Amino acid sequence: MFETALTFNDLLFLAKGAGMTLAVTGVSVAAGTVLGILFGVVRTQFGPIWSMPLTFFLDIFRSVPLLIQLVLFNSFQAIAKFGWGPFTTSCVVLSLYTAAYCTEIVRGGIESVPTITRRAGRSLGLSWAQDMRYIVAPLATRVSLPAWIGLTLGVMKDSALVLWLGLTELLKASQILVTRLQEPLFILMVCGAIYFLISFPIARLGGYLEKRWSPND
Amino acid sequence: MIEIENVRKSFGALEVLKGINLTVAKGEVLTVIGGSGSGKSTLLTCINGLEPIDAGRITVDGTEVHAKTTDLNTLRCKLGIVFQQWNAFPHLTVLENVMLAPRKVLRQSRAEAEAMAVKQLTHVGLGDKLKVYPSRLSGGQQQRMAIARALAMSPDYMLFDEVTSALDPQLVGEVLDTLRLLASEGMTMICVTHEMKFAREVSDRVAFFHKGVMAEIASPEDLFEAPKDPELQKFLSATH
Repeated sequence: MFETALTFNDLLFLAKGAGMTLAVTGVSVAAGTVLGILFGVVRTQFGPIWSMPLTFFLDIFRSVPLLIQLVLFNSFQAIAKFGWGPFTTSCVVLSLYTAAYCTEIVRGGIESVPTITRRAGRSLGLSWAQDMRYIVAPLATRVSLPAWIGLTLGVMKDSALVLWLGLTELLKASQILVTRLQEPLFILMVCGAIYFLISFPIARLGGYLEKRWSPND
Repeated sequence: MIEIENVRKSFGALEVLKGINLTVAKGEVLTVIGGSGSGKSTLLTCINGLEPIDAGRITVDGTEVHAKTTDLNTLRCKLGIVFQQWNAFPHLTVLENVMLAPRKVLRQSRAEAEAMAVKQLTHVGLGDKLKVYPSRLSGGQQQRMAIARALAMSPDYMLFDEVTSALDPQLVGEVLDTLRLLASEGMTMICVTHEMKFAREVSDRVAFFHKGVMAEIASPEDLFEAPKDPELQKFLSATH
């Protein structure tokens, strides 16, 4: 009953798929986080009214299902003759999707820093940028980290949807094997285990950082 | 010298400062008393430019605080302020809290900033808490740390915004002792406070604020013994 036709080469094939998942996730989370920090600072700095256009734009990315975004954006870039490959297109869409969520995480983090603490910093002569860098950023990061880890893990799993643009990431790689070997349950178990192996260190890293930063709480 | 001329300030429809005129000379200790909502705390945040003003003028040693050309970050180096609570930077140790601004704003070397920080922390009685995070300090110790942090910038003026109001009663004394120490050393201070006994002891002058107006200003003897303003009389009989 434990016999399987899955060979070592098939596992390598899955590993390559996992590599693609990691690449798409890595690029998207990195770019999305940078954008999210930028947008989050803009959101807090300009207030809800002035940042309304930005909020509206980000709300679209938060509320339209990712699959629809991917397909529509891919068609759009084809019509507009951007000439982007599926990897670039996937990363752009996923980055904006990540940025939309990250913006709210960053905003929540910044707003968790008491106004008085920030004023205490400014009253010592720190400039706005120094206050952001030395006081707000470390404190907001602590508050935002658990949500950000959750977002990263979420994006990693959601990145499976890029298979619709023709990228062979982990899930697509498993589907190909399922079709060929006709062992869906076993292969999906292996696929799930690989997802877990990738996620676990990220989750643990989050736990470790939280612990390291908390002796002062 | 801090000169406050006809300063007006509103939050929305609520006018919290209705034309304040006040001069604080170098070396003077001025305490400001009054009920909550009287505008006394707002005045302090206006003096170091944390809040804009709607009309009037505040000058510190001849520099107009709210002029567009004024570099507030430079000006604030000589105006220390300590708030009621949330002063501490919780992610930094006590020593790092005090060293941050001298390092980043005054561009002091690490050794220089550390020497100054240790000196000021020892001065307020926290010489044994250098490596501790603020959350391990009592409220009174946190306030003293905030005072040391402001002093490390070598300010010419210190503003205290109800620094004992959020403290447990048994911790008030140690913070007031620190303020008394500063006053005895000749620091120019404006203290917004509810501690009448303290105000009476350390002040050169006491100002009473009521509903955005400075209703009376006088020496502590005159103000506490012979209050003229009817609101002040009411206020004093309620607090004594």
